[in-house]
Amino acid sequence: MTARRVLARLAGVVGVLWGAATLTFIIEQLMPTDPAQTILGGAGSKPTPEQLAAVRVQYGFDQPVLLQYLRYLGGILRGDLGTSYIRKQPVAEIIGQQLGSTLTLTATALVGAWIIAVVVTLLTAHRSRALAALGSGLETLLAALPQYWLGIVLLVVFAFTLHWLPVVGDGGPEGLVLPALTLALPLAGFLGQVTRDEFSSAMEQPFAVSARARGMSDFGVRWRHALRHAVLPGLTLSGWALGSLFSTAVIVEAVFVRPGLGRVLVDAVTSQDMPVVVGVTLFVATIYVVANLLVNLAFGRIDPRLRSAAH
Amino acid sequence: MTVNVAEGLVTRTALAAPKAKSGIAFRPAVWLSAVFLLLVVAWAVVPDAFTSESPFDTDVDAAIQAPSLQYWFGTDASGRDIYTRVVFGARSSLLIGVGATALALVAAILFGFAAGLGGRLTDGAVSRFLEVVLALPGLLLALIFIAMLGPGVATEILAVAIGSAAGYAWMVRGQVIAVRNSGYVHAATALGHTRSRIIVRHVFPNAMRPLVVLATMGVGQSIVWASSLSFLGLGVAPPAPEWGAMLDAGRDFVSTAWWLELFPGLAIVGCTLAVTVLGRHLQQRIEGRLA
Repeated sequence: MTARRVLARLAGVVGVLWGAATLTFIIEQLMPTDPAQTILGGAGSKPTPEQLAAVRVQYGFDQPVLLQYLRYLGGILRGDLGTSYIRKQPVAEIIGQQLGSTLTLTATALVGAWIIAVVVTLLTAHRSRALAALGSGLETLLAALPQYWLGIVLLVVFAFTLHWLPVVGDGGPEGLVLPALTLALPLAGFLGQVTRDEFSSAMEQPFAVSARARGMSDFGVRWRHALRHAVLPGLTLSGWALGSLFSTAVIVEAVFVRPGLGRVLVDAVTSQDMPVVVGVTLFVATIYVVANLLVNLAFGRIDPRLRSAAH
Repeated sequence: MTVNVAEGLVTRTALAAPKAKSGIAFRPAVWLSAVFLLLVVAWAVVPDAFTSESPFDTDVDAAIQAPSLQYWFGTDASGRDIYTRVVFGARSSLLIGVGATALALVAAILFGFAAGLGGRLTDGAVSRFLEVVLALPGLLLALIFIAMLGPGVATEILAVAIGSAAGYAWMVRGQVIAVRNSGYVHAATALGHTRSRIIVRHVFPNAMRPLVVLATMGVGQSIVWASSLSFLGLGVAPPAPEWGAMLDAGRDFVSTAWWLELFPGLAIVGCTLAVTVLGRHLQQRIEGRLA
């Protein structure tokens, strides 16, 4: 991949993020409710016209839309995502405070999902009909499970009935197990479906057959040869997976009453705290787009076939 | 290009013929899914035929009862019958799921066809727009619209539709471009058919066929999303029987009354699974017919 191509990709990413920022700005402008009212305590409060006017001047709502847009873009470039209407705290600061918890959760879930997907694939793909059907049925089931319900079922079974794990985590590793598993299992089902097809076709490839002809054990062929090929298409989905984990973390954090970006987002949606809603969304979009870019660049290096396929 | 397609078709016919046959043979999972979905549709259309209770009738003496012969799925904190509420919940869950998917598909077809058939400029503009929307994860996009319009059923349908439309539109665009460059469209052009006739007779039906599968599976996805939003307290409001909202209401009693969470959840999982199994089956049938 030449430097020029990398630059072109980078420009594409910046363009997409600029578009996303513009789109969210337009949505904010189309809000049917008055942001000044929200800032002064929401629909229930009765601020005086003077108070409303003062807030409009303070937040710049009285300025021309184009000027507001340029100030908004300028703020984003400086890492300033605006100030929360409700918490009266910079959005970037709120994200910074909550990011650690959500990042721990999503990273653990991503690793967990891969472990589960690889184990299920190694054990069941390209085996007898019954075993393969069992594995693929399990993956379909996992992929269809809604996170909020899976979370509750895991809570009931492992926390309330078996008492193996705490109901509400105290920040320790035990409290992370159930939320991470809730995020990981449906993703594992999805990744497994992708990996399984690839794995089966890799096991039919000449290199697998010749490895077996050389006297390599079945497990050796699976582990050393087929798995590498099977994992690749799934790994190229890692950027997508990370983005989807960040957004489903919203639900999981609500189920387990875990602090994090998702909780902040749901509270902000309920109270129409648009700077926080938009800020968190743009932040997640940035992670998503950048992760996709890195995955594309990295895999072009690892697998030359992807390079020729893409161009 | 044309040679490759022809070769592909030949090998596909040779390989796929026996597969397609076994696809039509008896498959318990497919039948089970169809029966379950028919049941849910019947719940949605004539809920009174399945239960004599009302989903809103409270009975303080019968609060938090475990499943029994009288209360098949148990009762909730206000003594409402969970079975009755699950049956009545089918209507709003299905309406939201089907409505959101239909709305998303209509938008996707408009955008996808505009991009696929329009000139370079239109395609460029629509594609860039779709890329931007796709950069925002669907659930977050839905949340933005709920924040903007306030929670409610209509908002929920719209939000779920907007959250999934861009992904569909991208697939429709790809499909239209593939069909436009196929051998039979080139042949029709060479025969002198008009552009509009080719679009109506060839491009539209052939580009739409894979969408049947997409739409089927999309309904399952929409039901899950919509119930997730209700679960977060951002969709259907609590007293109404809706599966996601029921799960949210039952959360406070999860340590004692597991049935409040089990049955509405099973209904959602059952729908998603059934729709996925049927969608896959349809896909195989359609691919078999193409070969």
